[in-house]
Amino acid sequence: MCNQAVSLMAAELERSGISTVCLQLLREVAEKVRPPRALFMPFPHGYPLGRPHDVALQVKVIASALRLLEEDDSPPLLRDFPAPDESS
Amino acid sequence: MGSIREFSLDLRLFLKAYRWRRIDPVPWSPLRRPVRESRLALVSSAGFVLPGQTPFDTTVRGGDWSFREIDATASAATLRECHRSHAFDHAGIQADPNLGFPVDRVREMAADGRIASVNRRHISIMGSLTATGRFTKETVPQVAGLLRQDEVDIALLVPV
Repeated sequence: MCNQAVSLMAAELERSGISTVCLQLLREVAEKVRPPRALFMPFPHGYPLGRPHDVALQVKVIASALRLLEEDDSPPLLRDFPAPDESS
Repeated sequence: MGSIREFSLDLRLFLKAYRWRRIDPVPWSPLRRPVRESRLALVSSAGFVLPGQTPFDTTVRGGDWSFREIDATASAATLRECHRSHAFDHAGIQADPNLGFPVDRVREMAADGRIASVNRRHISIMGSLTATGRFTKETVPQVAGLLRQDEVDIALLVPV
């Protein structure tokens, strides 16, 4: 439900001229709802940025999400975290 | 990846029958300027409020569709979580609210020059919304209006 709510919000922000990226925890839901740009997280519900107090991982997640904004592709843009070149 | 298998049988059956909203057509705003020159706002659906704010109402059928403005100078440690869902483990975001609402992280990233600035406010919602009508008719346009008025360039949206 959280995944759907942020996706619906993202769509309206895009219509308002704001570029958005949504973290998503359920691929099935993202593929049905279709947020404009989504980064699938390999973490369980309740842990969207990975681990509590793991600053480096949280920054890595945010940086990876923001990189999606610079991709010039057609929507919906759905990508996995980490990207193959970020997995080390 | 989160999985529907994390959930109880009752919830899995509900989700299987649930009619998800489909965004069609998918809107798209290309980046106006590079990320490092952009103003960022966060939208988190983890149900956080600041001290003194009214908690989300966990008794509303279909889910409390309201939103809270979160002052961007607030430290994550001051955020209070009041998400009603029993479908996920709350221990992580209670131990470290940045896990679901990374207010400290984005301030640090602005200080490091990875983004130009953090908007003066972020947006908090409680994502446990099975009925999305009032959320999309009232909350979503209000939030979009506020962030447009703030001249926000980019938004990161975090479900929980």
